Amino acid sequence: MQFHRYDVVIVGAGGAGMRAAIESSQRARTAVLTKLYPTRSHTGAAQGGMCAALANVEDDNWEWHTFDTVKGGDYLVDQDAAEIMCKEAIDAVLDLEKMGLPFNRTPEGRIDQRRFGGHTRNHGEAAVRRACYAADRTGHMILQTLYQNCVKLGVEFFNEFYVLDILLTETDTGPVCTGAVAYELATGEIHVFHGKSVVFATGGAGKVFKTTSNAHSLTGDGMGVVFRKGLPLEDMEFYQFHPTGLAGLGILLTEGARGEGAILRNASGERFMERYAPTIKDLAPRDIVARSMVMEVLEGRGAGPNKDYVLLDCTHLGAEVLETKLPDITEFARTYLGVDPVTEPVPVFPTAHYAMGGISTNVRGEVLRNNTDVVPGLYAAGECACVSVHGSNRLGTNSLLDINVFGRRAGIAAAEHALSTGDVLVPEPENAAGFVEGMVGNLLASTGGERVAEIRTELQATMDANAAVYRTEATLKQALQDIRLLRERYARAAVQDKGKRYNTDLLEAIELGFLLELAEVMVVGALARTESRGGHAREDYPTRDDTNWMRHTMAYKGVAGGVMDGLDGGGPVDSEIRLDYKPVVQTRYQPMERKY
Amino acid sequence: MTLTADTGIGALGDPSGPGPAQLPPIPDGAVMVTVTIQRFNPELDEAPHRESYRIPALPTDRILNLLHYIKWYIDGTLTFRRSCAHGICGSDAMRINGRNRLACKVLVKDVITDKKTEVTVEPIKGLPLEKDLLVDMEPFFEAYRKVQPFLITHSNEPSREWIQSPEDRARFDDTTKCILCAACTTSCPVYWSEDAYVGPAAIVNAHRFIFDSRDQGGQERLEILSDAEGVWRCRTTFNCTDACPRGIEVTKAIQEVKRALMFRRI
Repeated sequence: MQFHRYDVVIVGAGGAGMRAAIESSQRARTAVLTKLYPTRSHTGAAQGGMCAALANVEDDNWEWHTFDTVKGGDYLVDQDAAEIMCKEAIDAVLDLEKMGLPFNRTPEGRIDQRRFGGHTRNHGEAAVRRACYAADRTGHMILQTLYQNCVKLGVEFFNEFYVLDILLTETDTGPVCTGAVAYELATGEIHVFHGKSVVFATGGAGKVFKTTSNAHSLTGDGMGVVFRKGLPLEDMEFYQFHPTGLAGLGILLTEGARGEGAILRNASGERFMERYAPTIKDLAPRDIVARSMVMEVLEGRGAGPNKDYVLLDCTHLGAEVLETKLPDITEFARTYLGVDPVTEPVPVFPTAHYAMGGISTNVRGEVLRNNTDVVPGLYAAGECACVSVHGSNRLGTNSLLDINVFGRRAGIAAAEHALSTGDVLVPEPENAAGFVEGMVGNLLASTGGERVAEIRTELQATMDANAAVYRTEATLKQALQDIRLLRERYARAAVQDKGKRYNTDLLEAIELGFLLELAEVMVVGALARTESRGGHAREDYPTRDDTNWMRHTMAYKGVAGGVMDGLDGGGPVDSEIRLDYKPVVQTRYQPMERKY
Repeated sequence: MTLTADTGIGALGDPSGPGPAQLPPIPDGAVMVTVTIQRFNPELDEAPHRESYRIPALPTDRILNLLHYIKWYIDGTLTFRRSCAHGICGSDAMRINGRNRLACKVLVKDVITDKKTEVTVEPIKGLPLEKDLLVDMEPFFEAYRKVQPFLITHSNEPSREWIQSPEDRARFDDTTKCILCAACTTSCPVYWSEDAYVGPAAIVNAHRFIFDSRDQGGQERLEILSDAEGVWRCRTTFNCTDACPRGIEVTKAIQEVKRALMFRRI
């Protein structure tokens, strides 16, 4: 076991983690621990853009952006947080540009902007050009630019260090975060990082589903680590399905394609979104478009031999627009489906994309331990966090915005907290590495006959079948039953690789534990929420119910003794999840019927 | 030996294989493919060796799917990096049938024919081998950091964005696509033989800033690149351009940096 001491420990090196590191490292001694090399992070897969009301190409302002975000989130958005995000969006984009980000330009040399789903002029009149972009590689450019600036600042990275636990020390005023524990992939060694502040920026959990735009590494580790400590996860039943995944594969095709004019069509060539969203049609928010696509297929209007997808028609855009503004997705369709978007429509179907929920935080990125109190020293930002700026359905581009605005805020707050504590050092708890040593040791020693890949495949199958775009009580109960049986089998999972060097077999086994845990939280929350809102569509409760459900879900692991009792490493898994609820912050906007 | 009697799926010639796995159903249209992989476990082996696996694959499967099949159902110790699985993150550069490629961007139908159903997978060359297909990336990133891969400006910042014309933006577009996968650098014969050479990827990333109209650090960067380990080592073999999974014209970018150096020196 090795011991390290820093002011600030950042976990994760995607957009949010590196944006936090850029702030934190200029103020306090900072370490970034990351499961992947920073430039491998999935921020790099984001395509279409980052919205900010720059008004470079047409009239726009941050209040319209705020309204769109609140309405897009089906009114479950905390409106104070959305207002902060949309105001700070403008500086967030300008900061990135000054850091070197190569945005596409207008003829006058300003940052160019394109249309995107749910982003409108004057409260829904028409689609507005708000998304700042770099071809269909905006996420790639953000990730590279942030990494470049981390190199410039000499940020200290610990690459391929997999964080598996946080340290909470009990004090008179409640638990305080004092560090994190990591498994070093290269050596199998366990490292304890004492930090006055810890920032979680660990990304999403798309691998609970089979068909997903997410990377293999997106297994919800950070959310799982925090949840196992008895801290709440907020709104986990809201999961976004991106309308345009390559059919059967799930690879993302940006909404920016529709922003540039592409059209969704069913088997008979009908532009079906005209029926579901008469005003903004194909640029309706993702929840509405995904539901509409599934409905077309369920009602027999799907395309292809099995009538199980719809078509994204880009053919009228012309080769030049596709090659210059949408080059990557053009290549994806050619490479992986053998379809050329210049001449043929592309088969698409919704793909699991983004967790609206996550580690519950306030607007400073501080992690909540209940509806009101924070855990001093613990921060979260990006997809793993829930501020909540996305409510029950995130608008396209608002995730790249979220990571920049709240990554920056968390980085500043974490550094300031570390500096404010001065020389006072809360010690880490006794046997700080014990939990991780137990978990790793048990998995390596296990002689059970269960295979990780089989359990993971079955988990993904039941989630796709029973907890995807549409859910019912019956399907969710089936999913819950399946997950609980899989968790029992997981307790007997064994790895073949017993070595210390780059044991990715062990890594996948640990990741599966997080996936199972989070899938259960998603399903339990979804079962309880007897309404349809945003990314949670219940066929048996088809309407939004503001009287009973205008509130955030707060899911806690039902551990004895409250917040401090984590699991014993690898021991029997306690499936009990306790649900509580938190009011939604409303400022300017009263809930209205959501029409587009 | 992991086998199902009728298909012969499993590791070829490995009597001490793991216990039987529940193999996933073989999809319609699958063909049997022999995958030969360079294996090396630093805790057990003195030197790398090859192992072959016979597995079912669809023509549309990515080579990464085959590696996952082997890892998940035949030998869990098989080690490689991967993440996004669609050519964006740059984790899984490896030598596939002797050429540097991303395992997630090569499809089975690209490498097999009716007559030849074998594919060979080896780690990229020129970086220290760690385990199986996984190499130490640190020397690669060290070379990258050396060229100051970030925007350098000295004049006062504008209150809004820097102004840049679409033409000026287009000047360096090609080199902004780099995902730092190391396919180019580790395909370069000069890099294999002289580890001080910064390699194509570092020069590509220098190019990305040298030709950015906003950047004011060109002179410093060109000094670094004119060093002994710099751009003049390039022998224009075009391996790098062939290897780039993003279609960057790497050799052309290197030539442009060379020309910029000569121009400023005159």
